[in-house]
Amino acid sequence: MFIISCPYCGEREQSEFKAGGEAHIVRPKQPTELSDDEWAEYLFMRKNIKGIQYERWNHIHGCRKWFNLVRDTSNDEIKSVYKMGEKPPSI
Amino acid sequence: MSKNLRVKTSKFIDETTRISFKFNNKTYYGFKGDTLASALLANNVHLVGRSFKYHRPRGIMTAGSEEPNAIVQINDGTALTEPNARATEIEIYEGLKASSQNCWPSVNFDIGGINNLLSPLLPAGFYYKTFMWPASFWEKYEYFIRKSAGLGKSPTKPDPDIYEHRYIHCDVLVIGAGISGIMAAKTSAKNGLKTLLIEEKPNLGGSTIYQNSDHFKINNQNSNSWLEKEINEIKKIQNLEIKTRTSVAAFHGYNFLLARENLTDHLPVEQRKEKTRHKLLKIRAKKVISATGSIERPMIFDNNDRPGILLSSAIKRYTDFFGVACGEKIILLTNNDSAYETAISLIQKGINIEAIIDNREEVDSKLIYEVEKNNIKIFKGYTVIDTSGYKKINKVSIMKLSKDGQKVVGSKINLSCDCLGLSGGWTPAVHLFTQSGGKLKFRDVDQVFIPNVYPSDQLSIGACNGDLTLDEILSNTSNSLKKFLNIKNTEYENLEVVSSTNKFKRNIWLLPSNKILGKTKSFVDYQNDATAKDIKLALREGFRSIEHVKRYTTTGMGTDQGKLGNMHALGIISETAGAKMGELGTTTFRPPYTPLTFGTIVGRNVGEYFDTFRKTPIHDWHEKHNAEFENVGQWKRAWFYPIENENMHDAVQRESKAARESAGILDASTLGKIDIQGTDASEFLNRVYTNAWSKLAIGKCRYGLMLNEDGMVYDDGVTTRLGENHYIMTTTTGGAANVMGKLEDYLQTEWPELDVYLTSVTDHFATVSVCGPNSKKIVSEVIPDLDFSDESFPHMSFMNAKIGKISCRVMRISFTGEHSYEINIQANYGKSVWEKCMEAGKNYNITPYGTETMHLLRAEKGFIIVGQDTDATMTPIDLQMDWIVSKKKYDFIGKRSLYRSDTIREDRKQLVGLLTDNPNEVLEEGAQIVANINKSPVEMLGHVTSSYYSPNLKKSIALGVVKGGKNMMGQKLIIPMEKKNINVTVADPVFLDKENKRLNA
Ligand SMILES: [Zn+2]
Repeated sequence: MFIISCPYCGEREQSEFKAGGEAHIVRPKQPTELSDDEWAEYLFMRKNIKGIQYERWNHIHGCRKWFNLVRDTSNDEIKSVYKMGEKPPSI
Repeated sequence: MSKNLRVKTSKFIDETTRISFKFNNKTYYGFKGDTLASALLANNVHLVGRSFKYHRPRGIMTAGSEEPNAIVQINDGTALTEPNARATEIEIYEGLKASSQNCWPSVNFDIGGINNLLSPLLPAGFYYKTFMWPASFWEKYEYFIRKSAGLGKSPTKPDPDIYEHRYIHCDVLVIGAGISGIMAAKTSAKNGLKTLLIEEKPNLGGSTIYQNSDHFKINNQNSNSWLEKEINEIKKIQNLEIKTRTSVAAFHGYNFLLARENLTDHLPVEQRKEKTRHKLLKIRAKKVISATGSIERPMIFDNNDRPGILLSSAIKRYTDFFGVACGEKIILLTNNDSAYETAISLIQKGINIEAIIDNREEVDSKLIYEVEKNNIKIFKGYTVIDTSGYKKINKVSIMKLSKDGQKVVGSKINLSCDCLGLSGGWTPAVHLFTQSGGKLKFRDVDQVFIPNVYPSDQLSIGACNGDLTLDEILSNTSNSLKKFLNIKNTEYENLEVVSSTNKFKRNIWLLPSNKILGKTKSFVDYQNDATAKDIKLALREGFRSIEHVKRYTTTGMGTDQGKLGNMHALGIISETAGAKMGELGTTTFRPPYTPLTFGTIVGRNVGEYFDTFRKTPIHDWHEKHNAEFENVGQWKRAWFYPIENENMHDAVQRESKAARESAGILDASTLGKIDIQGTDASEFLNRVYTNAWSKLAIGKCRYGLMLNEDGMVYDDGVTTRLGENHYIMTTTTGGAANVMGKLEDYLQTEWPELDVYLTSVTDHFATVSVCGPNSKKIVSEVIPDLDFSDESFPHMSFMNAKIGKISCRVMRISFTGEHSYEINIQANYGKSVWEKCMEAGKNYNITPYGTETMHLLRAEKGFIIVGQDTDATMTPIDLQMDWIVSKKKYDFIGKRSLYRSDTIREDRKQLVGLLTDNPNEVLEEGAQIVANINKSPVEMLGHVTSSYYSPNLKKSIALGVVKGGKNMMGQKLIIPMEKKNINVTVADPVFLDKENKRLNA
């Protein structure tokens, strides 16, 4: 079980959080102008990387804020945590 | 049999307290401090069980948690019974009853022993090969296999014991209180770190605490005396918590560990009452120090499993710690110096050693010289090739090893004995380290895996780190602690250490024999009866991966996870396959390290504490009025209110009739309620619902459907505009938390520019819903100041009102199709308003109805229930609810998905009504729907989602999803059931009052 450092609350047990999948997939501003393939790319395609992955997490049993983190999925090491809207760190 | 083998008083055993216990119905005596194993050995009982596959007699092999053979059932026939308990870990208490497992009718005469004679027919993979074919015979095979195999019996009565969970946070956790663990705990605590020391045995000190020999000294004291002083000192340290009888079960990432603290298993049953039996400790440690020691290896040769064959280190522990001789004519077989430590202990206690068989030739070792001084015969360069004695070993046969160790040479010598000690070297206990994700490296010189790469802030010290001699342990532990704890020095830097062990070892994984392998039974995994022959067979049959060989031969798959023999299995595989040990990898040790009872895992979460449940403010009233409840999410909702002996059907028929004919009342407090405010609230609703919201007037209500981005229906409910920038949204009962989460997600991540604030107010309001033709009369009596005329308070509108001094919100909305009102009041007034409505409705036969009637009433109207009539594959179009999807809005969640190639297919499953040809036949929810039963394979068109007998329509009605159902109106379909086929006709899903006349009745 991880310890995650919520950017608003600090270190908490993983059980207080909910994972929200891959980060930095922006909802298209004009979905109606997309082809089926382009919309499917947004809707379904996820990388599921073994290694460094950028993820969305929600402090659901805490401040309820969404934020991003960078995790090495091969050993669960969390490399960085940052707020929504902040620039993703390069790792 | 009842010989007394207690040789000499041990200070660890309280000989003033005699304890009687039963083993296989016979009474024996032991002393306080004994384990079941030590007490049995003191009574010269070695035979304790039968092996799993061949039912061979088996005895106690070890003195610890790695025991493969001596597993017993305790307190059989009582609620406290426990299978698979290790005799080496059970502390005896007055009244303990233990019995052998896996033998029938008795351990001394066992029918399954016939398998031993049939063993040429039971090779590796036998179960897979034989019983899998023909498949239809499996049931017959299974009966016999289960009867003659199996490990113990699970309890049949409820567990009367109390279990608890506890969280512990510490700076440093030290696992294992042997010499290195004691050093680590003391060093850590004395440097101001909050330290927790955990030890699985009842006492501290590991094996050093009984190492009383001139050959092992620290600062001029025997190592046991030195350690005893250290232990006395650490007991006084304030910031050090010590837990004995506590074993770490799991070591997860981020230094999160689970340990079981055993509090009462060693007490007589009558002293356990009201006490917690086990505590599951959930430990989060900043740093973890593993000092888990090492496990001695047996040696692999023909018939190496007879009762009376023990690990050499176990013989030493029984002698030194428990004061028990494991035999009167002991032979030791070794490939390293450790057996001589055992020999010296035996000599000290006056126990006769017949001989020592050492695989090694001449070795320069002080320990060997000491043993030789005592005129003990040592066969150097020899090995054991066979043993005899059915229920107890009585003879070993030995031969000289060839120079390369590949075969035996010369002539066979027979030696009689009653006990054989095996010392195949040591395996560092790296199980927890690997559980945590640690990577091992292989050390060739003594053929051990040791920790290499740590995945978290942790350290391994002592024998589990591969430091196997006293001098190495002391100096390496001290040095590692300095680095790991970042301290300048330890108390252990200038110790004078005498350590006489010569480290040379002659490792032979499978000892050679004078017989061909096929004729031998050389056990590698004792508990699962896997032999060296089985492993070689698996390799011949083409298995290469260590994980595959493990499963095919079942090596390491017992309750002990092969703690003794896994290394030999690996060794034999690597030799046979010509692969290097380090490259082969190891099998994975999984949590728990030793078995946990279910009680420990579950803790207090049993019975009514299994899950939290939520009650509405009106719950007491429902209870008092005989309601049956159903679980909806975590809520307890009134399901129906039977009068006298009514069954559910009768109650629901009565309730639904009353609601349509006069008045019904429903507790709708569980519906999710979200308060939405902000200047962009209308725009926000536009984006999350499929229909348009900007033009909804203040004081009006609107039904909304919410989709996922993939276009599938997610939730629904009525939202009311309370003010210019203020709405209250209702959600389904089960969906409330998820809807709240989803809305927050979009607001925080996709549309942070919107000025919208969400507050969950589900618990803040109670909701009383009154419906039926007389609802207006009743509600206007409860709220006399309000104008209930259709002009000022029409359907789908809302009014603020007062009931006495209590403010309330009244919505005129309907889920039943009847004229109805929902009164929302602050939760703590819920019950009183409910009772007021009941009082006012007396003359109109106001009838409380539960969720079942609610479902029936809405089904008559064809209203969907999200989650019952939909799963995550239904679009609003599939539900024939096109009317609610705005064509004008540029975007809303899920819009783009409604015209993907898949969602516009004509043959998607679509919601339809179903009417049975026989109006009294009620369909089963979930039943399949087909068109043609004669053409196989029969095509499944869909299934029934809702089905009831409608008392108002006097016929059976159902909703279902059917492929292309939209265009099948009037078509005949078939519901094939087990005993008959039911004919149905596709119908409009709105069965009653399609014109909505009743809403204004
Ligand atoms: Zn937080």
